[in-house]
Amino acid sequence: MTIDNERKLKVAAALRALLPAGCVLSEAEDTRPYECDGLAAYRQLPMIVTLPEDEAQVLAILNTCREMNVPIVPRGAGTGLSGGAMPIADGVVVSTARLNRIVRMEPFARLAVVQPGVRNLAISDAAAPHGLYYAPDPSSQIACTIGGNVAENSGGVHCLKYGLTIHNVMRVRVATIEGDIIELGGESLDAPGLDLLAVFIGSEGMLGIVTEVTVKLIPKPETARVIMASFDDVVTGGNAVASVIAAGIIPAGLEMMDRTSSRMVEPFVKAGYDTDAAAILLCEADGTRLEVDEEIARMSAVLAGAGASAITISHSEAERLRFWSGRKNAFPAAGRISPDYYCMDGTIPRKHLARVLLGIARMEETHGLRCANVFHAGDGNLHPLILFDANQPGEFERAEAFGADILALCVEVGGTITGEHGVGIEKINSMCLQFSRAELDMFFAVKRAFDAPFLLNPDKAIPTLNRCAEFGKMRVSGGVLPFAGLPRF
Amino acid sequence: MIEQFRQQILSAASAGGKLRIRGGGTKDWYGQELGGDILDTRGYSGIVDYEPSELVITARCGTPLAEIEAALAERNQMLAFEPPHFGEGATFGGVIASGLSGPRRAMSGAVRDFVLGTQLMDGKGEVLTFGGQVMKNVAGYDVSRLLAGSMGTLGLMLQHSVKVLPRTVRETTIRFEMDEITAIRSMNEWGGQPLPISASCWHGGVLTLRLSGAQAAVDAAERGMGGEIVDDGAQFWTSLREQRHGFFNGSIWRLSVPSSASAIVLRGEQLIEWGGAQRWLRADASMAQNIRRAVTAAGGHATLFRGGDKSVGVFQPLAPAVARIHERLKASFDPSQVFNPGRMY
Repeated sequence: MTIDNERKLKVAAALRALLPAGCVLSEAEDTRPYECDGLAAYRQLPMIVTLPEDEAQVLAILNTCREMNVPIVPRGAGTGLSGGAMPIADGVVVSTARLNRIVRMEPFARLAVVQPGVRNLAISDAAAPHGLYYAPDPSSQIACTIGGNVAENSGGVHCLKYGLTIHNVMRVRVATIEGDIIELGGESLDAPGLDLLAVFIGSEGMLGIVTEVTVKLIPKPETARVIMASFDDVVTGGNAVASVIAAGIIPAGLEMMDRTSSRMVEPFVKAGYDTDAAAILLCEADGTRLEVDEEIARMSAVLAGAGASAITISHSEAERLRFWSGRKNAFPAAGRISPDYYCMDGTIPRKHLARVLLGIARMEETHGLRCANVFHAGDGNLHPLILFDANQPGEFERAEAFGADILALCVEVGGTITGEHGVGIEKINSMCLQFSRAELDMFFAVKRAFDAPFLLNPDKAIPTLNRCAEFGKMRVSGGVLPFAGLPRF
Repeated sequence: MIEQFRQQILSAASAGGKLRIRGGGTKDWYGQELGGDILDTRGYSGIVDYEPSELVITARCGTPLAEIEAALAERNQMLAFEPPHFGEGATFGGVIASGLSGPRRAMSGAVRDFVLGTQLMDGKGEVLTFGGQVMKNVAGYDVSRLLAGSMGTLGLMLQHSVKVLPRTVRETTIRFEMDEITAIRSMNEWGGQPLPISASCWHGGVLTLRLSGAQAAVDAAERGMGGEIVDDGAQFWTSLREQRHGFFNGSIWRLSVPSSASAIVLRGEQLIEWGGAQRWLRADASMAQNIRRAVTAAGGHATLFRGGDKSVGVFQPLAPAVARIHERLKASFDPSQVFNPGRMY
């Protein structure tokens, strides 16, 4: 799409009149770094990029864009994996990068008030001297920002026990497209009226722009230890996870990797993984020393009873971190053995794990591509990594089709197309499989309640009727919704 | 049953009628005025799916809360938000719609934190499903959590899936003689340490705490914190949750404030829960202005929870821009304004 240069100059001039020098970028060489997020396969150069330095400037941008009818794409660190921050050709990117101040740290009240551009890990670092931390820890936590976490409702490897962003954010301050500042939630445990905070978190930048966030801080556990258990087949591993939960234990972390994954990461990080095992399970306990010893003993007994072929327990913090390093580096390791990889994010009821993994194995053959599976086993969130080479003609398209098939299978077994990465632009077609027209219309109604002119990150996350119709033609004959008769609750 | 509900909703919508969605009626006293013909949810009852190893239970709105609690207890699990019944016959739907959580809230989270999915019949009689039966789900806006605590004003919630948790291995109750200021300070200081405090209650110069967790953690905390061991702890927490505790009579305000807010000086007796974040005040409704001014200054909001003259407004008024969003949501979910008119605002 070519941008009307006259319009671009007009919008840029209007924004420059309101913002300090250097806060409005409109030359291609300056806006190029913003053309994609962590999902690099989808790119679009934006018309203009803005870098507001305070809340008043965010409001000024929103007011100008509303008056000139310019679509807006909010952006945090750009680490998202679903193209949620992919720009719009005739739109303005609003980066929160310069809103990066920790406003207040309140150890007594156990909360921190931060601007949206503060990095996830920076919050925990600042809280550390008080023995506190911010619990959600997405793998990108060194780089990703709290504003982006709010937009995506990010999780991490510890969310079975400690919750997602929604469970750890108490309040957001939001600039709306109408030019208001609203506060959702509060520093008390609830707020009057409907729980708008709940619907705002995970709304992918489509309802407003966050200008401030209050997060909950929790006491750092005294200690943590992790068990590495090997299994001869993935189904036994999956059943072992169910046994741990059924025994009344909620591990601090519960992750599974298949052999393709462990062989992929082991040469890279030397975590000491059992690369002969069909699957390995990492199972963590945290708390006081006595509590952890008690839980590790219970978990070891359950895992052994569930058929683990080997069990290793971390005996030092260094060893614990080494066990985790393999899991945390699964994505970069995929990049090391394959020119490109495509990370999926479906969540399934755990009891269907075997069926889904077998299905994925069959798809590897039909699509002629390899797939490594890492799995937030405790909460059923699968991350199949499809390995491909974009330089080989047709491979990217095959990877995309492979991914869409995995998501369709997740929906079929009663799961969802995205557990924590968001829909963005990437999975927008798959939304047509998971939701009925009436449900999608209600999502649009929610969007309109916050964004009547439909300017905030439009065309993301919620597909239009036309898009679903087109996608339907592509995937099924006769325009019938796949699994139309399936109860999707 | 679904068809019956739809007919009732559609005929009310076309005739300009109003419906009052009601389960066991145990919380009829909560919220603003009641209005409209009763839509009784109790006929739509039953646990649809419960897999202890998946930590999820799915049940219809009319299912008695007691039935759900019994099913969970049999598998040594629980609703960790510890919802109050407030009488015989409380239903699952009523728990979610009222959004009220019990003593464990400060440790474990509120109703909305555990809701995973909801099936809703909107004002057009359309059945919509939001969320699902899995722990992590970011497909579409999180409408099921928006519905928790919506007091039935957005539609008839037919069915819910919620996350459940294992019951803790050991539980004990301890108490300390303590004034209000010291109690608030202590609860916040303890909150910053990895201690297994699952409930707290300060009233009349006594701070009572419940410790729940692994054997070793509870033993260590009990030894380390001191205090006097209470024998009938379980009974104490149940009576507090159900507000059968002697404090709760007359006109009762609920003050939701930051846990660290210092003592809120108002005329009337107070009882403090949730580590300082929920404070109950026995005071007349006519005190509304003073109460709301003091609580707002402390960073919270006040609800006229029980009794009193509701004309002062049960719930704290909303900021105009937030109220506008409420109105638009209501207009989309319930275009004919059928459901629970005026129950919330």
